[in-house]
Amino acid sequence: MGIRFVVMVNKQGQTHLAQYYEYLNLDERRALEAEIVRKFTDCGLAPWIWLMVGGLAVNNAFFWMCSFVEHRNNKVVYRRYASLFFLVGVDNEENELGILEFIHLLVETMDRHFGNVCELDIMFHLEKAQEMVMSGCVVETSKANILSPIQLMEKAL
Amino acid sequence: MAVVPSLMDSLFQRSIDDVIKGLRLCPPGTESIFISKSLDEIRREIKSTDPQTKATALHKLTYLHSLHSADMSWAAFHSVELSSSSAHSYKRVAFLSASLSFNPSTTQVILLLTHQLRKDLSSANPHDVGLALSTLSAICNPDLARDLTPDVFALLASGKPFVRKKAIAAVLRVFEQCPDAVRVCFKRVVENLESDDIGTLSAVVGLFCELTEKEPRSYLPLAPEFYKILVDCRNNWVLIKVIKIFAKLAPLEPRLGKRVVEPICDHMARTGAKSLAFECVRMIVTSLSEYDSAVKLAVAKLREFLLEDDPNLKYLGLQGLTIVSKTNMWAVLENKELVVKALSDVDVNIKVEALRLVMCMVSEDNVMEISRILISQALKSDPEFCNEILGHILLTCSRNFYEVVFDFDWYVSFLGEVARIPHCQKGKEIENQLVDIGMRVKDARVQLVHIARELVIDPALLGNPFIHGVLGAAAWVSGEYIELSRNPFEITEALLQPRTSLLTPSVRAVYIQSAFKVLTFCLSLYLKLSVDTVASQPLSDTELDNGNVVVASSSKHRFTKESFVNLVNLVETNLGPLAGSNEVEVRERANNVLGLIKLIKLIVFGSEGDNVKGGVEASEMVKLIFDAFSEDLGPVSVNAQERVPIPDGLVLKENLGDLDDICGDTEFSLPSSFSIVKLQKMDATGTSDCTSKEESETLTESTSLLAEHRKRHGLYYLSSENAGTVSNDYPPAIEPKDKDADEAEDLARLTEESLVIKKKPNQARIRPVVVKLDDGEGFNVSAKKREVKGGDLISGAVQEVLLGNEATATSSSSRKRESSKKSRERNKQQGHGKERKSQSTGKDKEHDGQGQREKPKRKSRQRGDGALPAQSPVIPDFLL
Repeated sequence: MGIRFVVMVNKQGQTHLAQYYEYLNLDERRALEAEIVRKFTDCGLAPWIWLMVGGLAVNNAFFWMCSFVEHRNNKVVYRRYASLFFLVGVDNEENELGILEFIHLLVETMDRHFGNVCELDIMFHLEKAQEMVMSGCVVETSKANILSPIQLMEKAL
Repeated sequence: MAVVPSLMDSLFQRSIDDVIKGLRLCPPGTESIFISKSLDEIRREIKSTDPQTKATALHKLTYLHSLHSADMSWAAFHSVELSSSSAHSYKRVAFLSASLSFNPSTTQVILLLTHQLRKDLSSANPHDVGLALSTLSAICNPDLARDLTPDVFALLASGKPFVRKKAIAAVLRVFEQCPDAVRVCFKRVVENLESDDIGTLSAVVGLFCELTEKEPRSYLPLAPEFYKILVDCRNNWVLIKVIKIFAKLAPLEPRLGKRVVEPICDHMARTGAKSLAFECVRMIVTSLSEYDSAVKLAVAKLREFLLEDDPNLKYLGLQGLTIVSKTNMWAVLENKELVVKALSDVDVNIKVEALRLVMCMVSEDNVMEISRILISQALKSDPEFCNEILGHILLTCSRNFYEVVFDFDWYVSFLGEVARIPHCQKGKEIENQLVDIGMRVKDARVQLVHIARELVIDPALLGNPFIHGVLGAAAWVSGEYIELSRNPFEITEALLQPRTSLLTPSVRAVYIQSAFKVLTFCLSLYLKLSVDTVASQPLSDTELDNGNVVVASSSKHRFTKESFVNLVNLVETNLGPLAGSNEVEVRERANNVLGLIKLIKLIVFGSEGDNVKGGVEASEMVKLIFDAFSEDLGPVSVNAQERVPIPDGLVLKENLGDLDDICGDTEFSLPSSFSIVKLQKMDATGTSDCTSKEESETLTESTSLLAEHRKRHGLYYLSSENAGTVSNDYPPAIEPKDKDADEAEDLARLTEESLVIKKKPNQARIRPVVVKLDDGEGFNVSAKKREVKGGDLISGAVQEVLLGNEATATSSSSRKRESSKKSRERNKQQGHGKERKSQSTGKDKEHDGQGQREKPKRKSRQRGDGALPAQSPVIPDFLL
């Protein structure tokens, strides 16, 4: 399985979107999310906050950090947009940069759909964020193709 | 109009937006109250007959489930119910909740969905179909897969790419759950490899990427199709996946590697996308490492990555280098400065990766230099990374019996230094290595004793619990190799200093035991001295075994009766209180020492007075004890236990179910009568007679209990006459043969070195011998052969289909193939043009057609799975 999960958390560590491509029960999910967020605060967020306090440029501060974290036997690839973190759990075999591009595509798609994407939008439209991945494989990489069924759906409502 | 409560519900129902907003407005800490209140409402609303109300309720529940971990297994049936709604939006909510919350193996109601899914799969509305497919892929179980295979099969050839790509993605799960589906669907999946639609292609390539992961061999026959995509496709995502597939296939078929190396290098050179470039690099370094020119290009690319500012690229560059290092070490050495620079990066991941690489570079020539750099790096780093570095150094240096360590004096001092680093948590490892080196490397012992003394003597170190283990090892070394020490008195004082009370009992026991050894040693020196002076008669048997004569004689000349008596008194006053300690180990060892002191007093004072005979007896005893200690302790092979023959009549695998009640009634006798191995030797030489009275009492008591126990449950004991022979069967600790081999190796190494420029003068010295045991200890792990899972069910079925396909192809269209061979050769010369493509497309279609027509006949599995591994899959002519 290529992609195992897509999780979105905000700066406070609250989950805003969680999509799993393998069955995990509630406890497993909770444990997984907590673990990742913790891992994050260890190696990703902490220096970020520190740098902010240090009065350094915030914009590129985070980009000093590498976007891949080893987690259990897999990898987590993440990317930050404003106050949101997109985390994608993938197999070790998966191409990290490819997944980074995928996250970017996901965000761009949302951006186009919602106009100007923000936390709230995504929370309200859970079901629309899942047109791109199936069975853990990315099935669509064109924004237009992803959005057309969603737009149709909206019209139908 | 519906019934009133329902109307009320639908009118005043809170929408999902309301719930989310409400939740956000909640004061912190009260969310759970809000959630449970909402859940109560949902429980009420979801029973409504109005689909709008029901859908909203379900939607809210799904939200609470996936983001706030609310349980929704109870609502499974409502999802099923709502899924039969004709409105797409309700259906969507229902299927969404199903795919998020159903557990494929336990949710009962999944079977109720079968019919609805089938209906939607054949629906005219493509969005219904897509929805059903994605639901299927999320909740697929064997029953569902089996029942819906025909429907999915039909969709694989759907005219709408939107549906087709989803069907392909869903079929992966269907295959996983129901391998028989492969026989039905596989051909259509393969056909899609020729698709023009990029979405479909991406899905099908992704599917094969997943499948090849498990058992690549089965997919070799598809290599031509993949090759075509590799050459023709321009979509990066698809290319990445295809390259992944080739990375799995190329090692299986050498001709394939030769074929793909060129296009892959092309892609790497041409593409602007870093992801694709990295995939090419990874492919080359993992699967095409024998193509030197390609590897050179890949390494150049990696260097580009390392020089980038982007941490991601830097990280991946390092990771790539790690892979290359296994086959082409030069690549790492070439980029040495960059790697070392990365050690001081901000990012932990990059640092760790760089550290691994640095460790790859370690050899006997540079180990000292690298360790020095790393230690200075460790001192600058945060505690976590500091320990990471230390762990890596310790691991690398000890690898394969200290292979890279040439100068053990340096290494031993280095260990002492590392132990003192403030954040060091590698005490356990250092402890093991100190003892191990002591036992294995005779030439290192002098320095080892010196380092151990420095550790033991420093009262400040006792306050740091992290290094108690190291101190234990140091104490052991001081005691075991006391004859190499300059000043035994000082060591004794150090071992008994008041702050040792801070140690854990087990370490303290080692301290006391070491004091025991030191005392025995001093006593033997004293005896020798007195005999020398009084009778001037050489006593060769108390001569030191491997005695470092210089040290012994140097300590002898300030050895007087007075100083010895002082020493004995010192030990007695310090250990006296411990004879009543609560800790078993501590008490036992203290008592041993006190027993020895009683003996000593007999010798020292008794010989002057009346009790001459007792004194002589006692000195005999002391001699025995000293002899026991002066024997070298060698390393023990991990496999030593296995070599002990199992005595006849001992049944090891018998059911031990009744062990519980055996242990139940005799538990109290277990703890006090065991001691650590080293002590046993001494027990054997007869300490039991000379220990204090109460102890011998407990000993006899426990022996009688043991005897009773043996009588009752003789079954679980080794027979006593065997015990003697068994202990003789242990392998001699030091194998002379190995020593020779090692020396020969060293010589070879030396001659090698003489050819190289000599940087360090001390390398002219012969490396100390490291004792190794014959049958590779530590090789257990690598010896364990990894069980290769004999082709799983999916690939079995795939092979059946593909080889069947190939067989029909060769039999039925061999004529056509021959006729077209010429033209194909011509095409080859022209490169991979369109002609070739169209031609092979035609050919494949024909094969597939035939395959399909013939399929019903081949339903029975004539090609038994047993024959499969032996077959080498046929790879079509483009490789030849």
